[in-house]
Amino acid sequence: MSLLKTENVVMQFGGVVAVNDLNIDIKKGELAALIGPNGAGKTTAFNVITGVYAPTKGKVLFSPVDSVGVTNEIDITARKPNKITNLGIARTFQNIRLFKELTVMENVLVATHQNVDFNFLSATLRLPKAIRGELKAKQDCELLLDRMGLIDLKDEKASSLPYGQQRHLEIARALATDPQLLLLDEPAAGMNPQETDELTDLILKLKTDFGLTIFMIEHHMDLVMEISDHIYVLDFGCTIAKGTPDQIQNDPKVIEAYLGVDADVED
Amino acid sequence: MENIQHRFGAYIKIHWKTIVFLGVVLITIGLLDQFVDSYIRRLLNLCAIYTIISLGMNLVNGFTGQFSLGQAGFMAVGAYTVAIFTVPIEARATIFYLAPMTPLLANIQLPFIVALLLGGLVSAGFAFLIGGPCLRLRGDYLAIATLGFSEIIRIVFTNTQTITNGALGIKSIPTITSLWWTYGIAIIIIVLMILLINSSYGRAFKSIREDEIAAEAMGVGLFKTKMTSFMIGAFFTGIGGGLFAALLGTVDPKQFYFTLTYNFLLIIVLGGLGSISGTVIASFVVTLGQEWLRFLDEPMAFGLDLPIFRPGLRMVVFSALLMVVVLFYRKGLMGTNELTWDFIGKKIKVIKSKFNRKKSASQGGDNK
Amino acid sequence: MVVGMTLETFLQQLINGLSIGSLYALIAIGYTMVYGILRLINFAHGDIFMMAAYFTYFGIAVFFLPWYVTFFITIVLTILLGVGIERFAYRPLRDAPKTSLLISAIGVSFLLENLATYLFSGKPQAFPNFPLMTNPINFGSLTVQPVSILIPIVTFFIMIGLLFLINHTKVGMAMRAVSVDYDTAKLMGIKINGVISSTFAIGSGLAAVGAILWCMKYPSVLPLMGVVIGLKCFIAAVIGGIGNVKGAVLGGLILGFSEVLMVAFFPALTGYRDAVAFIILIIILLFLPNGLLGKKQVEKV
Repeated sequence: MSLLKTENVVMQFGGVVAVNDLNIDIKKGELAALIGPNGAGKTTAFNVITGVYAPTKGKVLFSPVDSVGVTNEIDITARKPNKITNLGIARTFQNIRLFKELTVMENVLVATHQNVDFNFLSATLRLPKAIRGELKAKQDCELLLDRMGLIDLKDEKASSLPYGQQRHLEIARALATDPQLLLLDEPAAGMNPQETDELTDLILKLKTDFGLTIFMIEHHMDLVMEISDHIYVLDFGCTIAKGTPDQIQNDPKVIEAYLGVDADVED
Repeated sequence: MENIQHRFGAYIKIHWKTIVFLGVVLITIGLLDQFVDSYIRRLLNLCAIYTIISLGMNLVNGFTGQFSLGQAGFMAVGAYTVAIFTVPIEARATIFYLAPMTPLLANIQLPFIVALLLGGLVSAGFAFLIGGPCLRLRGDYLAIATLGFSEIIRIVFTNTQTITNGALGIKSIPTITSLWWTYGIAIIIIVLMILLINSSYGRAFKSIREDEIAAEAMGVGLFKTKMTSFMIGAFFTGIGGGLFAALLGTVDPKQFYFTLTYNFLLIIVLGGLGSISGTVIASFVVTLGQEWLRFLDEPMAFGLDLPIFRPGLRMVVFSALLMVVVLFYRKGLMGTNELTWDFIGKKIKVIKSKFNRKKSASQGGDNK
Repeated sequence: MVVGMTLETFLQQLINGLSIGSLYALIAIGYTMVYGILRLINFAHGDIFMMAAYFTYFGIAVFFLPWYVTFFITIVLTILLGVGIERFAYRPLRDAPKTSLLISAIGVSFLLENLATYLFSGKPQAFPNFPLMTNPINFGSLTVQPVSILIPIVTFFIMIGLLFLINHTKVGMAMRAVSVDYDTAKLMGIKINGVISSTFAIGSGLAAVGAILWCMKYPSVLPLMGVVIGLKCFIAAVIGGIGNVKGAVLGGLILGFSEVLMVAFFPALTGYRDAVAFIILIIILLFLPNGLLGKKQVEKV
């Protein structure tokens, strides 16, 4: 069953076509990857899915399971980013976008704000409902930080964390929105091989533990080939190939357009 | 029952320093209220009022990162609401001698506290109207729109003769003299601010300041959240304006010229954009400092007739100070930190260690 | 028509609107160019205009210089002031949060206003009369001040010159590049500081011309004269589409006409004349947030 589908999505900026006729179909529970050379339109695709950009043409369809267990296909094209997050899509950013002046704990807590069931007055006056809500959010976030190995740093400012941990915090923050689909934009960027290995294990573990579907942009080919179920290859905004890692590795078009040229550059 | 007692005990144990501090503050206010003369009393009242208004401004500009310059306008709304609804009915005919007050309002008089709250609410209502078109856009049109609002509201108040008495203003507003009114409300608002900022809503405000795109991606509704902050800020400012009217006993449109807003801007920049304690400290520093700098406007400041001391110099110094702070001490006194006991403890440690290092360095020098 | 208005008075009002609109346009160009390049509302721009008015006043009424010398000195001094403000108050904060830059701009504005009040006193000073420019001349039954005709003509030629500069010269190309993408322009080896300085120089120069013409039409100078004019002209720039020079001129004209016509048709609302700009601003923000000629801005993620 598909969780996320894009139908003929086109994204144009002035005369530049950043994404051309993108058709993606991500099945529930799988780990899909989006690869392609720099400037191929990968991040733009993410921005269209998460509502940062309204596509010039095409549709984005999302089929989350709602609170009573019913799955409905929803057209999320050009909805506001926060509404899309509310429905169950969370993301990280290529160039880390943490709330720098806030603590680690606060960063994660912000992601639970969308679920508050009390208004600002009860929050300010600390009415019982608000106290319960805040306490629960705090407990959930502590558990999450614990799993991500960040619990000891919870009162540090986010900007004071080392680079790798900032990436982990971004993932933790995205998870705190309680997503069904997690979009990771180059999670291993700037990491050394050992850190990349750890990240690989972490992603797989999160996927099983949280029952997540993951869609990821990544340049580290080892990582992509090792853990992806499906791969989409983008070049100049067009999908030039899709399939399993084996199929992609043997696709002459990919080898020619991407792997062949770029193989020596990568790693 | 026992549980509650236990929790209460634990609470006291953690916060005893704060409780002692609050006690000292209250006693000080009580003593001052008994003994100071009317000049100092007015000045102290002004400090508390400026604290309230600056907190309202810092909530929007410092905590939520939206640049609003409408303080003078929101103050005017609060001040006029209090003036209109608390002026004694029998005095109204003499005040509105050019044109009588509109019959809709002429016979309504409200208790001060009700009028004050109403002033805050009306002010928040105006914030809602301005925020609608402005807060939806990414960008800084809010600064222009709010500045424009504070000018328009002045124009409106100058022209609505039967409601605001136009350029003549409203006199004989029953005044407050006790420090308890202003300080009581200031303390309540400080506490409310602390509680708000440390709630889920406060974190949402700060997340927008830090990174709008990330905040939105984490499910924070930008428009709604900004609007909440903007309206609360306007509410506080309206209350401050109401107190201002009741302190002076008279309001007229000229008091609310938009340059008044720059006072509060200096306060929040000096105190630190995004710091409650910084705002409180800076409110006192700026208000008292402005009073102290009055000698700059006196031609005979040092008993000599120095040509540089003449009216206007004080404001030049004052605006130069704003430039100096923003160019060289961008974080102000506190940055986004708060003056908590932990913060003071850390600072003392830093100073101590510096002192020790100096000591050991100088001893090292002696040994050579 | 609401009030019985003759064709003559209507035409007269149109000329009036055209001349005040052109003045707004001259100042609005300074806002739009700076915003286009630095994404900064240059709050001090209205006060630069005010200082230019004082420079002219001093040249003519205090030092009794010939008018052409005064105009030349005014324009040079105003350009130096504008470029100096950028150099000392904005450049050090270029990598700081945008809020700091905005506060600095407000600080400069406040400082100039207070300095002017301190140095020149808060009282309005009467600007000397230019009989050649202000003595009305008659066209049939129309009476018009020559200055009201001169203003749109000057504005028109300045706009032509400016568009040529922006579209056909090297510095103009650099300006366009910086306004499209600051970082890339920097990487391409464009001297950002030079481009920004020339932008401030042009904006301030136009403000000086605007101030000279303004004082001929409304012969009075005072320290806070730049505030409301500045706000209105920024709004004019927003109406036309911020960052767009033609838009600024269009916005200025629209604003000038709206004000004059409102007062002409609804004399009862004369007191609200200064509010017109803000009402138009709200309407534009609601329905055309990018202005009449502006492009949609896409935020980079």
